[in-house]
Amino acid sequence: MLNNKDLLGIKELCLEEIMLILDTAAGFKDVIGRDIKKVPALRGKTAVNLFYEPSTRTRTSFELAAKRLSMDVINFSVNTSSVVKGEGLIDTAMTVQALGADFIIIRHTSSGAPHLLANHLRASVINAGDGTNEHPTQALLDAFTIKEKKGRIKGLQIAIVGDIAHSRVAKSNLYCLTNLGAKVRLIGPPTLIQKEVKEMGVEVFHNMEEGLKGVDVLIMLRIQMERQGKGFFPSTDEYSRNWGLTPARLSLAQDNAIVMHPGPMNRGIEIVSEIADGPQSVILEQVTNGIAVRMAVMYLLSGVKR
Amino acid sequence: MNISIINGYIIDPSQSIEGPGDIYIIDGRIKEISLKKRGDKKPKKDLITSDPGIRVINAEGLIIVPGLFDMHVHLREPGFEYKETIQSGTLAAVKGGFAGVCCMPNTFPVNDNASVTEFIKRKASQEGHCMVFPIGAITKGQQGIELAEMGTMRDEGCIAFSDDGQPVMNSLIMRRALEYSKAFDVPIISHCEDSTLSEAGVMNEGLLSVKLGLRGIPAEAEQIMIFRDILLAELTGGRLHIAHVSTEGSVNLIRSMKKRGANVTAETCPHYFSITEEAVKGYNTHAKVNPPLRTDRDIKAIKEGLRDGTIDVIATDHAPHHRDEKLREFDTAPFGISGLETGLGLSLKLVDEGVLTMSQLVEKMAANPARIMQTDMGTIKLNTEASLVLIDKNKSCTIEADKFVSKGKNTPFDGWILEGMPVMTICRGKIYE
Repeated sequence: MLNNKDLLGIKELCLEEIMLILDTAAGFKDVIGRDIKKVPALRGKTAVNLFYEPSTRTRTSFELAAKRLSMDVINFSVNTSSVVKGEGLIDTAMTVQALGADFIIIRHTSSGAPHLLANHLRASVINAGDGTNEHPTQALLDAFTIKEKKGRIKGLQIAIVGDIAHSRVAKSNLYCLTNLGAKVRLIGPPTLIQKEVKEMGVEVFHNMEEGLKGVDVLIMLRIQMERQGKGFFPSTDEYSRNWGLTPARLSLAQDNAIVMHPGPMNRGIEIVSEIADGPQSVILEQVTNGIAVRMAVMYLLSGVKR
Repeated sequence: MNISIINGYIIDPSQSIEGPGDIYIIDGRIKEISLKKRGDKKPKKDLITSDPGIRVINAEGLIIVPGLFDMHVHLREPGFEYKETIQSGTLAAVKGGFAGVCCMPNTFPVNDNASVTEFIKRKASQEGHCMVFPIGAITKGQQGIELAEMGTMRDEGCIAFSDDGQPVMNSLIMRRALEYSKAFDVPIISHCEDSTLSEAGVMNEGLLSVKLGLRGIPAEAEQIMIFRDILLAELTGGRLHIAHVSTEGSVNLIRSMKKRGANVTAETCPHYFSITEEAVKGYNTHAKVNPPLRTDRDIKAIKEGLRDGTIDVIATDHAPHHRDEKLREFDTAPFGISGLETGLGLSLKLVDEGVLTMSQLVEKMAANPARIMQTDMGTIKLNTEASLVLIDKNKSCTIEADKFVSKGKNTPFDGWILEGMPVMTICRGKIYE
């Protein structure tokens, strides 16, 4: 059983809850691999995707996960809604709840927006990415994928590479993987890794070659083009020269290391195509696993006592 | 109105008065302050009997101090009457023990010209419950580009100048402001924040801001500007007052610059010595304030700065906001705490903790700010209009934001239990209890 009606972040979960979600997801992975990919588990329930930021894969993944559980799904996108008329977040969410939503899946540019809703709603709030805070289902699907590929997480050396400072994926992964017993290294330019993260039980490397030595898993983060010219790094060329993943650099990791990316990728910047499409890449499996993990999350939240 | 307040304990550091005594107010003016030996409870019969209608207030167990003076509040009028009005803000002031407030110019329109100053003064005289002293903008529209008409505003009633809420980023304009203000002998109050460094920050920068995924404001954003402004004050000989000091580094800087003779005064606010950034956890917008709440280390340094005189003033930075504005995403909620009704209670803790004596607290909340702003407030002077506050140091009260008379119910202290509160404020001879 999960302890709360909402999934706000990995830091709000205990180890047992994380394990429960991963175990439950394994069952759902079987379901979505079948010819008939649907179970009636949550028939009659309604999920609403409330997305304040553009997203294709996360929104589609949640939508499919809800449909596989036989839920009704509404996609509420901000540029076609009354939000453009100036409606506030709480009013929009209350309206969506009044329409009968059992799950409100929110993505928002402001950290803490899901927390604000969770305090005001009876519906379960699922954080699909808030500002630079967390993206918990991404971390859960990453953990699921690592466990599936490596058989375990405890004791693995896992490198997260790129814009740590602005990445909610990095934050959720850091909480999730350290909680599961992995050794996490963060690699990137000092402008994109806050010095305080060293207090969070991770190792920090600014030199890519040093950081990749002997790692079992590489999680490459998307470099956002808008960081260029803001003083974080001088150019994407220079970024990629220093922190882009190339075959030479990948060879420093364990021979059987896996390469992950939450997408969307900037091919040729943080990762070259030979690796993205190569044998060590598990990027597309991450996408598939995302559906199973999100099914597990919604299924388990529906069982939480109010 | 004639009032005799008997058997109280009078503290007025501006006249070095401290001891048991009675105060007699005739026609709203202080007629006599009569100090007596401890245990002597006989009031002055002749004064009481001379007016059978005189109101006798037994202040036994209460402390009588000059009406407090808050040199940093936002009354929001004109322009933001849905947040606060001069009427509601000054009522909150007298409820909190303040007999005078200075209101910051970030209204709409900005108080950057004499007609806005005149409006505020007129409204305050018609509807205000306490004295209101406007602070004019340093620059037109608080844009930091062109000096506002300080002399004209001074003539209309502005007693200091500040772009509070916005830093004056241009060092040359700040230099000119400190120079030009000398002609009118008025202080420049600096909101010290290097806004290129704080950028879109919403809380203190540190491990917690990383964990919460909120943009941080480093302590250095404040300290860099404090250092710049004190250097400019030294260069120009202008009178500089530093608003809302929040960090250890700021206290250390001001201390060392004062030691070498800089003409600078400084204030802090109750929230900077009462709570830390931890209050932000859970994305609590009531704890969103600028400068941001800091750490235990900073609290310790601020208390030390208050104790040793580095920090001259406790001001509330009363910043009322509408409920709906705080009921938002943390990033978009406005900065500010409604502080007038909790300021004294929170500050009395400093006396309990031994940081300040009661007399020193009254200096920080009445005598010093009144002196810096060159008003006749902050003292119980004979033959002047009576402005004083009776404090019950032993009365405990629970802070209930819903019951604030201020329109701004935005406080991170809701539910706190405080020991000691103002029980009566007499402002210009009128009683509020």
